[in-house]
Amino acid sequence: MSITANEYRTLAMAIVAFGLAALVPQFASGHTLTIAVTIVEYAALCTAWTLFSGPTRYISLATAAFFGIGNYMVGLGIDTIPFAALVALSAVGAAILAALVGLATLRLSGVYFVIFTLGLAELVRQVVTWWQTNYTTKVGLYVFTDFREQHVYWMLLALTAAVFVTGWLINRSRLGFAMRIIGNDETVASHVGINTAGAKVLLFMISGAFIGIVGALLAPRYAYVQPPSAFNPMISFQVVIMALLGGTRRLWGPLVGVVPFIVLTDFINAQFPDYTNIVIGVAFIAIVFLVPDGVLGRIEQAIGAMRARAGPSADAREEPAE
Amino acid sequence: MEIIITGLLLGGTYALIAMGLTLQYGVARIMNLANGENLAVAGLSAFWLYTVLNINPVLALAIIVPAAFVLNWLIYAIVLRPLVDRAKSRGQLEVDSILATFGLLFILQGVMLLVFGGGLFNYKFLNVPYEFLGRSYGLNRFIAFGGAAVIALALYVFLARTRYGTAIRAVAVDPVAAGLVAIDVKRASTFAFALGGALTAAAGSLLSTFYTFNASMGVLFTMKALIIVIMGGVGDVRGAVVAALLLALAETVVSSLIDPGLTLAATYALFVLTLIFRPEGIFGRRVT
Repeated sequence: MSITANEYRTLAMAIVAFGLAALVPQFASGHTLTIAVTIVEYAALCTAWTLFSGPTRYISLATAAFFGIGNYMVGLGIDTIPFAALVALSAVGAAILAALVGLATLRLSGVYFVIFTLGLAELVRQVVTWWQTNYTTKVGLYVFTDFREQHVYWMLLALTAAVFVTGWLINRSRLGFAMRIIGNDETVASHVGINTAGAKVLLFMISGAFIGIVGALLAPRYAYVQPPSAFNPMISFQVVIMALLGGTRRLWGPLVGVVPFIVLTDFINAQFPDYTNIVIGVAFIAIVFLVPDGVLGRIEQAIGAMRARAGPSADAREEPAE
Repeated sequence: MEIIITGLLLGGTYALIAMGLTLQYGVARIMNLANGENLAVAGLSAFWLYTVLNINPVLALAIIVPAAFVLNWLIYAIVLRPLVDRAKSRGQLEVDSILATFGLLFILQGVMLLVFGGGLFNYKFLNVPYEFLGRSYGLNRFIAFGGAAVIALALYVFLARTRYGTAIRAVAVDPVAAGLVAIDVKRASTFAFALGGALTAAAGSLLSTFYTFNASMGVLFTMKALIIVIMGGVGDVRGAVVAALLLALAETVVSSLIDPGLTLAATYALFVLTLIFRPEGIFGRRVT
């Protein structure tokens, strides 16, 4: 499997894009930097989410649970364990939770999975709160580090790049090949000897591990970690909206949804704080009715239609480059 | 013993919520994740009717239930039916309806927060001790259980004994075949969705007589209802009743013996056991 010229071009473009993104903290400060950090946070979360939910089309609401595990891991260990080790532990913890959820639900149909993940963050929050109130003395945890806003930004940006590289590697691997067959026809996949449940669980674990890392990297930003903020179910819903808004057929699709939605919610939170829920509700319904394949899907559709009008030969020449 | 009775009394209302959800999912094919918001709206309405207009919660059912029926009819006709019509497969409809009802969930929750705020609500209605088997319980819990039982029985008679009830069961089994025998499938689906919403609303107003409410508790009840429906088997009313009683019992046992903060853990434990051992429901038959 060699790397094609087209892939080199994409790689060069990606490096330039990440390079430019890395310069943002040089120019931005204060509120702009805060928004920039939130944007990379959700960029990392949404791409990690799409890693699993894109090819399988399972809507995962477990994001907040994985995120909270990472957040909490740092809160618990920051005084005794090096930060890098905590990040690794967060990935492992989230992956273990993903494996448990996956083993319980991914053998069955998608509805069971959605329902299970819907309450997962709340469940973990209850268990953590119960354990802390009964076996430790305090419920909140302080996280004091030397990291400042721009460091968090760079770490999240690097993580987003890592998610993309992982996605690309998965695509070239046996797992990616298996996922494409499962996506086309699950029955065929199981008949040619693919362990469909196993492949899905593995992919869910990878996606969960990355989300756990995002949670860990953000703990220094909040300085104070407590169950309601770490396991905030809103994170899960917002990730779903942004990823679907952008489009989940390609790994970079969610990025198209993240930027406008973060800017919009920032504006709503500042101007009409009481209407946040209604805006999120309207966003869900708008996505289902107006952009079921995401904005990117719409654009690709439009390009396809334009090419078809320009003549079928032009379309045929472009196709192999895909 | 006291725990068991309290659990069973709570189970009556849970059964009603789950019946509403199973009608919506089994007949109208909509996985309604905004079901709990329906319940919360009804509970807050009952609170408002009682505290402001001084209307007895049992009588308030006569206002809340028809209102919920109309509201859910409109929701189905405006928001959800276009999705049913455009869906190419059952899987596509499932994803679309999940996302659309998430939208409804947040909109309903947002409106409730605007109107009532984020505080906790409860009111005192017939909160007098009532002797039962040598122990005393709140009379309101018995009223709520009795109300739920009457409504559930009425639903059963309607589905099993009347012509339209039979038509609805036919749609649940096979919408295409039901259409072939001159059943108006669209109308029956809309009716079932509205009826399901009305049942949940009835449960919400009964629950509000002894339960503390807030505007954002809907999701928790949606979770419980979904787990009851899965435990009982989709479309199985008898299974839903048994599962509801089991779930309420498990919750009450955990909250009174271990910690009230762990009720969701009890719910999940039952859910996991169901998924591992009987994913087709308590009375369901394994289909391979």
